[in-house]
Amino acid sequence: MRVIIIDDEPLARMVVKDYLSSFPQIEILQECSDGFEGVKAIGQHKPDLIFLDIQMPKINGFEMLELLDEPPPVIFTTAFDEYAIRAFEEHAVDYLLKPFSKQRFDKAITKFLDQYQATESVQNTKQLLDSLPSSSPKNERVVVKTGTKIKIIPINDILYLEADDDYVKIHTHEGSFLKNKTMAYFEQMLDPNQFTRVHRSHIIRIQEITRIDPYEKENHIAILKSGMKVPVSKSGYAKLKQSLGL
Amino acid sequence: MDSIISIALLFASSLMISNTLKYYRPEENKYSNILIWCFLVSGVWLLVTHYLLNFLIREDAFYAEFLYKSLPVRFSIGFLLICVMALISVLLYTQMDQKEMEARKAESEKLARDAELYNLRQQLQPHFLFNSLNSITALIGSRPDEARKMIHQLSDFLRGTLKKEDQQPVSLQEELEHLQLYLDIEMVRFGHRLSTEISADEQCSQMKIPPMLLQPIVENAIKFGLYDTTGIVSIKIKAKCVKNELHVQVENPYDPQTTRPNKGTGFGLSGVKRRLHLLFGSTDLLETIADSHIFTTIVKIPQ
Repeated sequence: MRVIIIDDEPLARMVVKDYLSSFPQIEILQECSDGFEGVKAIGQHKPDLIFLDIQMPKINGFEMLELLDEPPPVIFTTAFDEYAIRAFEEHAVDYLLKPFSKQRFDKAITKFLDQYQATESVQNTKQLLDSLPSSSPKNERVVVKTGTKIKIIPINDILYLEADDDYVKIHTHEGSFLKNKTMAYFEQMLDPNQFTRVHRSHIIRIQEITRIDPYEKENHIAILKSGMKVPVSKSGYAKLKQSLGL
Repeated sequence: MDSIISIALLFASSLMISNTLKYYRPEENKYSNILIWCFLVSGVWLLVTHYLLNFLIREDAFYAEFLYKSLPVRFSIGFLLICVMALISVLLYTQMDQKEMEARKAESEKLARDAELYNLRQQLQPHFLFNSLNSITALIGSRPDEARKMIHQLSDFLRGTLKKEDQQPVSLQEELEHLQLYLDIEMVRFGHRLSTEISADEQCSQMKIPPMLLQPIVENAIKFGLYDTTGIVSIKIKAKCVKNELHVQVENPYDPQTTRPNKGTGFGLSGVKRRLHLLFGSTDLLETIADSHIFTTIVKIPQ
């Protein structure tokens, strides 16, 4: 069995490595010190299991998982308190609160070896991500992958969002980026004082609107600062009017 | 004519006494004073009404006599009405005052509670503590001497933190030594990418500083340095005296592409700002500068 350890503290990785030495059937493929390295290593090696810290440089553990097409089974290793961790308790293979004992660690490994079929775990990790309201700290940013690069978009840079099949297209001044999430996810995550879902397939930043024109019988069209025209449904128009205090 | 003037003046008197009572109320067992006031006000009211009516309706002798004879009755009615008005005012305003006092009390209690919670959080720092213990776990097997050293550093740091609970100002030197302990522990965890530097003008080493004031600032600097960038993180702490103030400056790298520090309070420094405000009654003692890659926090402590 092959695993990857992702943690920004060398000593924390050392603990996991030490504890793993009593499992000769487990091979450590790589150690990563941040999420970027993690994404690369996981894509390359397709490990059977990863050990993942949550607080890491630039992108945290959850954000890293979001960037993976097929997230592997995860054992979280973190100093986060139990309350924060309860949300993903049922979907992760296990979580270990630092500092954890060898016995506790062995229990987690045994649990994984006994109970988890690989396919089932992928499902579980995906469910885990969906069950979190938002993984980014204080909803300040969105992490996306463009080709091989990872881009961190501050929420303040988002102009509008557009549904695109199974993805959401995030439009910024720098261009647009695809994120593997639903419109409902963003609608819930973004501050309703700043963003309004004006249409089934569009969420716009209220400040970006320069004009709202009537369009056909019950509909409207919003014109953004960039000149972009966005359809506004009847219910979207009602929401907009409320947000603008009309 | 008679009734209009009487009633208007009576109304004015009542308003006057009510307004006076709004701003000034006698102490609890001196309510008899109010009676005397009411008596006086009634007298003045009667006098003014009497002369005004006599002046306006001069020719009518019959009316003058009626006015004269009705004086005692008029006085009684006026006195009674003014007293009732005073009574209502006293009750109403006392109640309003009480409500306001209760609201103020509740607010100050909430503030005190918040401050206490904040202090507790500052002292406990569970994240820091558990991660440090985890590092010790790692060192214990392969490098027991280092593990032992780290336990001592952690103990010294925690002991220092507990000692500083009483909020008495300490010398800069003492505060920087405490900070150094904290930085030493962080160096064990992040030594591969963290470098720290503390410098202080010699003549300010005995200047006073509220305890644990720099701690959250440095914690913030480290947190944003470590988690907002992936390279080497250099934290610089400089202290100098400027006129009658102690200025401490903390620098950390950050990524302006992904982080927008709030102007004025920086990254979650509002607690520090509030504490400075409570201690010194001034709101401009915390300053932050966001350079292209370096974030600087400057705290000014009046001596």
